[in-house]
Amino acid sequence: MFRVVRKREWHPTITELWVEAPRVARKYRPGQFVIVRVDEKGERVPLTVVDANREEGTVRLLFQKVGKSTFHLSLLNPGDAIADVVGPMGRPTHIEDFGTVVCVGGGVGVGPLYPIAKGMKGAGNRLISIIGARTKELLILEDEMRAISDELIVTTDDGSYGMHGFVTDALKQVLDRDEKVDMAVAIGPAIMMKFVARTAEPYKVPLIVSLNSIMVDATGMCGACRVSVGGTTRFVCVDGPEFDGYQVDYDLLIKRQQMYLDKEKEALERFKRQHPEAFQGVC
Amino acid sequence: MAEEKRPRKGLNLNRVDMPRQDPKERIKNFNEVALGYTEEMAIAEAERCLQCKRPVCIDGCPAEVKIPEFIKLVTEGKFVEASRKIKETNALPAVCGRVCPQEEQCEILCVLHKKGAPVAIGRLERFVADYEARVGAVEIPELPPSTGKRVAVVGSGPAGLTVAADLALMGHEVVIFEALHKPGGVLVYGIPEFRLPKSIVQREVDYIQKLGVKLYCDVVIGKTFTIDDLLNEEGFDAVFLGLGAGLPWFLNIPGENLNGVYSANEFLTRNNLMKAYLFPEYDTPIKVGKKVAVIGGGNVAMDAVRTSLRLGAEEAHIVYRRSRVEMPAREEEIENAEAEGVIFDFLVNPVEILGDENGWVKAMKCIRMELGEPDESGRRRPLPIEGSEFIMEVDTVVVAIGTGANPLVPSTTPDMETNKWGYIVADPETCKTTKRGVFAGGDIIRGSATVILAVGDGKKAARAIDQYLRTGEW
Ligand SMILES: Cc1cc2nc3c(=O)[nH]c(=O)nc-3n(C[C@H](O)[C@H](O)[C@H](O)COP(=O)(O)OP(=O)(O)OC[C@H]3O[C@@H](n4cnc5c(N)ncnc54)[C@H](O)[C@@H]3O)c2cc1C
Ligand SMILES: Cc1cc2nc3c(=O)[nH]c(=O)nc-3n(C[C@H](O)[C@H](O)[C@H](O)COP(=O)(O)OP(=O)(O)OC[C@H]3O[C@@H](n4cnc5c(N)ncnc54)[C@H](O)[C@@H]3O)c2cc1C
Ligand code: SF4
Ligand code: SF4
Ligand code: FES
Repeated sequence: MFRVVRKREWHPTITELWVEAPRVARKYRPGQFVIVRVDEKGERVPLTVVDANREEGTVRLLFQKVGKSTFHLSLLNPGDAIADVVGPMGRPTHIEDFGTVVCVGGGVGVGPLYPIAKGMKGAGNRLISIIGARTKELLILEDEMRAISDELIVTTDDGSYGMHGFVTDALKQVLDRDEKVDMAVAIGPAIMMKFVARTAEPYKVPLIVSLNSIMVDATGMCGACRVSVGGTTRFVCVDGPEFDGYQVDYDLLIKRQQMYLDKEKEALERFKRQHPEAFQGVC
Repeated sequence: MAEEKRPRKGLNLNRVDMPRQDPKERIKNFNEVALGYTEEMAIAEAERCLQCKRPVCIDGCPAEVKIPEFIKLVTEGKFVEASRKIKETNALPAVCGRVCPQEEQCEILCVLHKKGAPVAIGRLERFVADYEARVGAVEIPELPPSTGKRVAVVGSGPAGLTVAADLALMGHEVVIFEALHKPGGVLVYGIPEFRLPKSIVQREVDYIQKLGVKLYCDVVIGKTFTIDDLLNEEGFDAVFLGLGAGLPWFLNIPGENLNGVYSANEFLTRNNLMKAYLFPEYDTPIKVGKKVAVIGGGNVAMDAVRTSLRLGAEEAHIVYRRSRVEMPAREEEIENAEAEGVIFDFLVNPVEILGDENGWVKAMKCIRMELGEPDESGRRRPLPIEGSEFIMEVDTVVVAIGTGANPLVPSTTPDMETNKWGYIVADPETCKTTKRGVFAGGDIIRGSATVILAVGDGKKAARAIDQYLRTGEW
């Protein structure tokens, strides 16, 4: 059993949990994730480890409520237990002193981005961070990102805060400057990563993206998470989650993410009837 | 009087059939197909055993089950004692009795096999194990004093469970680490409920835990701990790797990543481990359309195709590139599939999977095959017939063409050798790998094989580990 020790509600649709998982906390490195199963009947869902506290033996999870599993998780309070937390899964990010690194995060993608950005900074890089959200209320981790970045640019789609526009607009501005950028990392919705790749490609900046395909076991046993990278099939859970951002077939990833849409809707509607309290403030 | 002088009763060649659920009913549920013997049936079948002085049947059993001895106890109505007799050497009788390919193991060697009616050893094994559990008579044998040695077992499939049980019975402390949230390996994630109820696997796991074996699920070796962590920081004296061969192969044809295309592992895992057949009560979904094609001809393919029928497929096909005789699946399972209405398309091979505009499977382009000369496996090699391509409309495709070695552990254990297919190199007699203190058995050293071979490896490994722990000699 894995106990929740702290909780923070960032927004009616975004929740943060610190969960006891001492073995994961000890081994975890930036870029890795865990598989979480909320209870005996739950699905196995992947969530990035945003931070780990080795002394306390806890990991920090930050997630957007999009379906049954994430809404269910958001109902847990300190003291409650999660049935399974497995990991750390996936390959850690390759972190070294590249020179100047731009880290781009969209939506809750800023969560998974944070430990990587922190690692990049710690390795000696000059760190330029670009974080964006649809609107001001949905922005997460701004203070923490600011604290580790040499420069932080915030964008909102609706202009309610920071720069009015998409993260790709800010990225283009950065790449148009005189300064040489040696590496870029982008994490967010698949469609955002696709456009980041389009934006960055002409500048020939190496780009890493972290893919969020559907998973089951996350040990390389089922192939549910398969994506096409450079024309070959790869498993996100064991070969990734990070890949060369210019080689990923984003359209395929997006289609595969939609495989269970109708079933997910059914599960969510059912959960809504059983637990209306989980949906307060969510429109 | 005269009759009594006859040396023995005449050979009884009437093998007692095992009742099964009616095919029309059973495709609507996930309950077990085979219903098992009654007490009378078990005794009648057991009485057919000749109690051979030199019981050749045992030679076919890697678990070294004392076959005539347990069968004799069955004839005497001592079912619980019979079960305990089996458990002296095999910790998984209810499992082996169900899924062991008995017809190729113990039963093929039975002297009555030549007469066409071997003793139904597997069915008897299953009966006594179920009987013991049903009457609640499961008993823990007395354990020897602790040796103070600790062994880590990685993976809780049949190989891992067996090695754990045998080592516990030798007085060693055993800890099993399992990556998934439930123990049992393929027995829980692969083989469906209708062939091997999960409560039965759990029962055998419970028994092994009662022998003092500790079990931790949710621990992925290679990630949560490496082998070196186990041997150094975690203080284990030896490690056994029973990782299985869980990496699914795909066909490498266009369209294989379309929605609606599953590996058999994913299809079966969603359904068995995650209980997608109970969705939405359980959270994990599965998608089965009207017309399902399962590619392959082994046990895995049969399990997948029969699962798809139970999930509501109107038409379920096996697409196999050779003919019926070459199919590696157990005859019994092929017959079950036929009875349930599965359509077999022999000598057909898919060359492309075709999708609609939304990325979903809508058809499969296939080519007809003919059989040529035998290949290295002895089976006749299938060759495509030029110009014979045709379109088969399907909305779900399950690829069941085999599995390979998962690299998670080998890639984090550089000083342990693997072969060119990625399987761990181990001595077939002792299961010793090339790394001191590390043993391996089951599918991870053999490639996809069988439950009983994994059990056999577990037994061999337990002996070799015991030897190593006592002598320190590698
Ligand atoms: C390596 C990795 C790291 C991730 N890290 C985070 C994170 O830190 N924070 C966060 O908010 N989200 C993260 N995700 C996405 C997260 O796993 C999904 O949002 C979550 O599984 C949705 O589950 P649900 O039941 O709430 O929604 P559902 O109703 O099941 O589905 C909603 C959408 O989520 C996706 N999804 C559904 N099931 C799965 C599954 N088993 N695995 C992956 N995606 C699925 C589908 O695209 C679906 O359209 C990560 C995904 C991956 C692969
Ligand atoms: C669908 C299907 C049907 C089958 N039907 C039959 C049948 O009827 N009869 C028969 O004899 N055989 C059958 N087989 C084959 C048989 O199940 C296998 O040969 C047998 O299970 C192999 O046992 P094992 O102990 O080597 O590995 P497995 O049963 O594969 O178990 C390995 C376990 O190790 C765990 N593991 C792997 N890596 C790690 C890691 N890094 N850390 C921690 N844990 C890990 C896995 O999660 C798994 O639980 C079937 C197989 C399948 C897939
Ligand atoms: S374990 Fe398998 S091979 Fe051994 S006696 Fe039982 S059915 Fe036969
Ligand atoms: S060979 Fe057949 S008849 Fe002889 S002891 Fe074994 S099961 Fe009985
Ligand atoms: S999630 Fe099963 S192989 Fe990646």
